[in-house]
Parts: sequence; C-alpha cells; structure tokens
Amino acid sequence: MREINVAAITSCVRQMCMDANYHLSPDMQARLFEAAETEQSPLGRQILEKLKENLEIAAADQIPICQDTGMAVVFVEVGQEVHLTGGDVSSAIQEGVRRGYQDGYLRKSIVRDPLTRVNTGDNTPAVIHYTIVPGEQVRITVAPKGFGSENKSRLFMLVPADGVDGVKKAVLQTVREAGPNACPPMAVGVGIGGNFEKCACLAKQALLIPTDQQSEDPQIRKLEQELLAEINKTGIGPAGLGGTVTALALHVKTYPTHIAGLPVAVNICCHVNRHETMVL
Amino acid sequence: MDCRISTPFTKEKAAELHIGDMVYLTGTIYTARDAAHKRMMEAIRQGRPLPFDLHNSIIYYMGPTPARDGRPIGSAGPTTAGRMDAYAPTLLDLGETGMIGKGRRNEAVRQAVIRNGAVYFAAIGGAGALLSKAITSAEVVAYEDLGTEAVRKLTVQEFPVIVVMDSKGNDLYEIAASKYCTE
Ligand code: SF4
Repeated sequence: MREINVAAITSCVRQMCMDANYHLSPDMQARLFEAAETEQSPLGRQILEKLKENLEIAAADQIPICQDTGMAVVFVEVGQEVHLTGGDVSSAIQEGVRRGYQDGYLRKSIVRDPLTRVNTGDNTPAVIHYTIVPGEQVRITVAPKGFGSENKSRLFMLVPADGVDGVKKAVLQTVREAGPNACPPMAVGVGIGGNFEKCACLAKQALLIPTDQQSEDPQIRKLEQELLAEINKTGIGPAGLGGTVTALALHVKTYPTHIAGLPVAVNICCHVNRHETMVL
Repeated sequence: MDCRISTPFTKEKAAELHIGDMVYLTGTIYTARDAAHKRMMEAIRQGRPLPFDLHNSIIYYMGPTPARDGRPIGSAGPTTAGRMDAYAPTLLDLGETGMIGKGRRNEAVRQAVIRNGAVYFAAIGGAGALLSKAITSAEVVAYEDLGTEAVRKLTVQEFPVIVVMDSKGNDLYEIAASKYCTE
C-alpha cells in the first residue's frame, strides 16, 4: 500500500491547468504546423500562419492560447494499491483548479446554476471522472474544454441496421453543423457503443489520444482514416472560410454495446485541444 | 482586399467593404457577450440609458482572460456570434454598425444587416493571444459584476478581422466551403 497526500494532487492539478492553457501538446502543434504547409486556400494558409504565431505568443507571454480557458475536465486513474491521505480527493482537485485558474490568469467561465447563471468566480467545479485501476500510481489528466466546440457536440442513438454508414453520416453531419462555430481546424473525438453516458465519455477520451497514434484495431483504424479524409473534403477549412484542412485529427473509441443499439457520440474540439497528464 | 479602417464605423465606411476583405481596425470598440446583451435589452425595454452610444459603434463578442501586470488585457479572441442573434437586430436598428465574432448568423440578423447597412466581421477563433497584441487599452464601462462578461471599452490598433457578412447581406460562410468542397 502506497500513501499519497492529496496536497500533491492539488499542486499537480494547479500546474496542469496553467500548462494546458499556455501550450498545446507537441503532437497537436505538429498537426497545426503541417496544416499551414498543406492547406490549399491562400486565406486558409494566412489564418493557419496566424494560429501558429498565436501559439508562439501564448508560450512566450504565458497567456492563454484562447480566452475560453474552458471548463476543467479531470480524469483520475487511481491505482487500487494507493491510500490517499490528508483529506478528500475531490476537494483537493477542485482546489487545484481554483488555484490554477487564479494564479494562471485564466478565465472564470463557470456558473453555479445552469438556469440562474451566477458565475462561481473561480472556475470550479471541474468535471471529474474517476477510474480504479491496478497498481500503486495515480494518473491525472486535465483537459480544459472550450464551449464553442462543446456546444456543437452531438449524441446519436442509432440502431444496429444503421451500421458503419450510419456512424459516418452522424459524424459528418455533426462536423458540418459545427462548421465555423467550432473554430476549425478541429479535433474530433468519436465514441461508438456502450450506452448513453458511456458513449459520450468515450468520445471525450478519444480527444485525449495523441494525434500520431493509430488504433490497434484495423477496422477502426480504417474508419478513422476514412472519416478524417471525408471531413477534409467538406471544404469548411480554417476558421470556416473555405479550405482543405477542416480537421487536424480524429480518433474513435469503442465499447461493447447492447443487441438493440448503436450509440454514437461526436465530441467536437477546436484546434485548441488542450490536455496535460501527470503520474504520481 | 486588405484595408485599414478607423472608428467611428459609419455606414459610408461599411458600404465599401465586401465579403472576404481583410480589415485592420483602429480606434474604439466595445465588448459584450450573452449576459451584457441581456442587460442592454432590459435597459432598452425600460427606457434606461445604455453603457455606450450605439451610433456607429462596433461590438466585439468577447470575454477576455485577466490581464497580467503591465498588459491592458489577457487573451482576447471572439466568441460564437450566433448566441447574440436574438439581440443583434434590435441593437443594429438602434445604430450599431459593426459586429465582431465568429460563426454563422441567422436570417433575422442578415435582414437587419441589410436594412441598416451594417457589417459582420469574423476575428480568428482561437487566436486570443495574438489578438490581445492589437488591443492597447481596456476599461470596464458597465456591469462589472459580470466579470469577464462586463462591457469593456477597448482601444485597438490594426486589429485584424475578416468581412464575413457585408452590408448587402452576402455571407462568406455560405459560399466559402463550396469552393474547396470535393465530395
Ligand atoms: S471553440 Fe476552442 S478556439 Fe474557439 S473560442 Fe472555444 S476554446 Fe477557443
């Protein structure tokens, strides 16, 4: 049994909130740089060059890449051999978010009640997902999610007869409807299977997969490649102003499902696809 | 076409712009997002004064991050304009001539743009760090309790925007994708 004090979790979460908002992961950044080379539209290339410059300024000045520094989504994998001490782990995570958003000059975008809408003033609460895993480590991922793109995400309860074509149609429809609103070029996370809530979670987790990593399942790998190619044929382009790069990355995550269903979730993210991971 | 424009943004200036033009704005613009628009609409209904003069004004749909020491503002890119569609026609009818945001607008806004000879500009979404460099001063002028959603008066210097809906109601989003669509 290994002991970990939750104070260590607070300080990791604080740091990751800031880092995720100032820098993209190297793989995500590489996709954006490639796009600036391959984009066919002159205006599109000009926009991608500006986005590259934006990343440089954010890193140099330690200011957020985007002013929507998001709702913090925190994935926590707790090894079952770990004993967490020093207090309640959820409060420790929320405290990390509070300090990260305060100390990092990040925007406070959370309202306490979805209907009365008064800002909580410290960007808490975060959305926290826990998983218990084997081992004696704690792995934490912080993924601040902007709502321009979150608002364009969709969940479809398809039926088995819809098959892979139905899945493709659902993804393309979602991307088209998102269009310029989701600050393309986008990153797209697709969940297939599970049930209603599991499917949405798969889609969110698919956004965390490194952009250069391919699925081990040949059928899914093929689907990912085909979907990305088809999205890039829509012509939506950078900022939705026309072009050949509409999405920089797309990943699919699947889970077993019921004989009667084929849930599909499409989590749209902009190019500011932020996530940081630390292992304790 | 690239061009430079300074505020006040008169209808004469608006009439010269066409979709696809890259415009560098210099002068004064105001920020307002969902919550500030809602309050302005209440003020209009109740006949109370607005936080700024709408005549020939440009409203930037934006809520910044806090400024670091020595900087006027933090990251400052556009938010989705469609959420302001319910309010924009009223403000356009009262003299607002320019809107800056990102994303599609509805038909009611398009009609109000045509009726009033106004322009809808897009700023590049997700370029908040870059755009902050074109803002030389920022001052909260109303609704301070709304935090990032307060109304701010911004002084901008060559702030880059693209005309996506011109005063004739042409919509760049509608035609842009078809040019590169290979489906
Ligand atoms: S969709 Fe992404 S890039 Fe656009 S404003 Fe939201 S967080 Fe920023």
